[in-house]
Amino acid sequence: MLLFTLKRFGLAICVALTVSAISFGLLYMAGDPAVAIAGENASSVDIAAITAQYGFDRPLLVQYADWLGGALTGDLGRSWYFDLPVTQIVTDRLGVTVTLGALAISFALILAIPMGVAAAVRPNSLIDRAALFLSVVGQAIPSFWFGLILIVVFSIKLGLVPASGSASWKHFILPTVVLGYYATPAIMRLTRAGMLEVLSADYIRTARAKGLDTRKILFKHALRNAIIPVISLAAVQMGFMLGGSIVVESIFALHGAGYLAWESISRNDLPVMQALILVFSMFYILFTFLADLLNAWMDPRLRVG
Amino acid sequence: MTPARMLLGSTCLALCAGMANADQASGTLNLAFSKEVETADVYFNTAREGLLLNHAIWDGLLYRNPETGAYEGNLATDWTWIDPTTIEFKLREGVTFHNGEAFTADDVVYTVDYVTNPDNGVKNLANVMWMERAEKIDDHTVRLILKAPFPAAEDFLAGPVAIYPDEYYAEVGPQGMGVAPIGTGPLKVAELDPGKHFVLEANEAYFDGPKGASAIGRIDIRTIPDVNTQIAEFFNGTLDFLWNVPADQAEKLEAMGRYEVVNAPAMRVGYISMDAAGRSGESPLTDKRVRQAIYHAIDRQTILDALVKGSSKVVDSACAPVQTACAQDLPSYEYDPEKAKALLAEAGYADGFTIDFYAYRDRPYAEAMMGFLDAVGIKTNLNYMQYAALREQHRKGEVPMTFLTWGSNSVADASAMTAEFFTGGPQDDARDPEIIDWIQQADSTTDKEKRAGHYKQALTKIVEEAYWVPLFTYNVNYVLGPDIAYTPTDDEIVRFFAFDWK
Repeated sequence: MLLFTLKRFGLAICVALTVSAISFGLLYMAGDPAVAIAGENASSVDIAAITAQYGFDRPLLVQYADWLGGALTGDLGRSWYFDLPVTQIVTDRLGVTVTLGALAISFALILAIPMGVAAAVRPNSLIDRAALFLSVVGQAIPSFWFGLILIVVFSIKLGLVPASGSASWKHFILPTVVLGYYATPAIMRLTRAGMLEVLSADYIRTARAKGLDTRKILFKHALRNAIIPVISLAAVQMGFMLGGSIVVESIFALHGAGYLAWESISRNDLPVMQALILVFSMFYILFTFLADLLNAWMDPRLRVG
Repeated sequence: MTPARMLLGSTCLALCAGMANADQASGTLNLAFSKEVETADVYFNTAREGLLLNHAIWDGLLYRNPETGAYEGNLATDWTWIDPTTIEFKLREGVTFHNGEAFTADDVVYTVDYVTNPDNGVKNLANVMWMERAEKIDDHTVRLILKAPFPAAEDFLAGPVAIYPDEYYAEVGPQGMGVAPIGTGPLKVAELDPGKHFVLEANEAYFDGPKGASAIGRIDIRTIPDVNTQIAEFFNGTLDFLWNVPADQAEKLEAMGRYEVVNAPAMRVGYISMDAAGRSGESPLTDKRVRQAIYHAIDRQTILDALVKGSSKVVDSACAPVQTACAQDLPSYEYDPEKAKALLAEAGYADGFTIDFYAYRDRPYAEAMMGFLDAVGIKTNLNYMQYAALREQHRKGEVPMTFLTWGSNSVADASAMTAEFFTGGPQDDARDPEIIDWIQQADSTTDKEKRAGHYKQALTKIVEEAYWVPLFTYNVNYVLGPDIAYTPTDDEIVRFFAFDWK
């Protein structure tokens, strides 16, 4: 198990490094960072001064090595845009994103798993159709539209929740629903498929034959097996929710890490981008790793690896 | 904004005939920025929002009265040009900064010395590099020494050049100022969360200057990037004022009859720049007749009426009409596709040609222009890219034809636009020695008439040679909540201190 963990960790570092090197190069290809820092109103004199000040005239490799050296010693540098330590900005913004991501994935699981189970128990029934409908809608509605419609109904018309911001728990209700609903269809379909497969397995038939309580069969025997791929999927979705909540964060003015990443690209704020890419890839790897551990705990057959 | 989003905005507007409740009772005016301001230190940010904070928190030596366009004393009460490179200021007495520090000549000297020192890395160098240094005569008299005669000095001193407290700034530097700003202005910072949230409070001790004290006690500014969310908050009464509202949504808000919508011109001008000097290689655009044909081919008025709307105007000047020395009685080219075709035929392009066309914003405008060009036989390949990327390519001289805009940093002087693009710099596509010479002459004389004359010569030749196709001025839609009194100005600066309750 220790070797397994170390291997996975080493792989994680390699992935993070590769991603950071590629993104570093891509960001430079996207445009002169000095022009981006100087802003739209800047004159030519300003741009020349910034190029010299930040050392953009040095070879790309030297600049990357410079950044890497800092990152390895825990110094992620200063944001070119905010002129604040990158660590400070990223930690500040991660809080909102992690909260939102955790809430959204919980919402998705709570909604999707019972729906998936119900749909699998009575395939092609009204419940199954309703679940299918919900998941198609969830997949099809663009989140910026869904978000605004929720704002119109629950904030403007009914006045139940605030429209934007992150000041209280109430502010998180609508974004959680929007982001969570987006992850629901995949989880639900996978739960349904897994359950259908498991329910037709021999051991379930045996369990039924020996007269075991239906609820016990469903939740103790069937779901426990069907849920294994769902856990892996949820881990992937969680990673997606951290980096991919840009639209939701922007609509609800949440100022999280996803929105920060998006904005940092257009600002060419390389130190922040690099740090976020590093953090996101680490999170992603961490979640898949945790999912593996959880799966191994639930299914002894997987503990071999 | 994507078409889908625009459609959505309309849906939102149609559904949201909700209730707007007043914030007058709480005494707080709620506003929103659309972008995250990098720092509150005005010398280290380039955002328009930063300029708005500048006017609220700090003061300049002078103030430009937005109604008359005249310069008035602000932190200075009186000023005289000793010679073309020296201005002497009598400073206002009894002024204190928000932290209690007294305002004296030392603050002016310190600010000028700090911002003009290239080692300090001020971002908008063009705003300050015309100043050489400042000299203290006594506690309330100071002389500003210019590097060369600079007729636009007054506008810069009334705009971007804010005076900082010397002791405080020496102690905290730009990073400290960025998170805890201290100025002399009518509003002071009560709370600041970088990029996200600003709370301003009226400066009770504000001096009796031309800006006037803030009638509103507390102003809360949040960053809400999505314009539809801003409108939703506005309907909820949790925002009291919106600006930069897209034309279609402003029209619908106005039609609701509950809100006051004011459209005011902005200093931003849209234009097509053509590579007349042939920096990007041999192209039809080095032929004057081709450039004139393009000028004739584009129906600017129709684009304005259909898309830009509001108080925008078609211009032929390579600067905004509101700017000093920006002559408007210039030659022009009427919309005439037949004449355009004839000119193209004369230049040997009877069958037209294909060219790369670059743009970075307002894609519908760019596509309209492409349609007009197509009608006279000029096929364009649109390269739509990020501003930074386009500007870099343009500076390298690799862009044959591009639709750009320029906002002049709200500096109300033609030099802030014309001189930036026609004095041989990296973004000068014309490289016309005569124009370069005229502008240089204009910018080294303090004789206002002579200067205006030189600018007119330059602007006239830009049209005659069709180096640019100046298009139109931009405009801004301001939407006021039911209990807000405010008169928007035509310099795109929202004066937070000038708001009042009805």
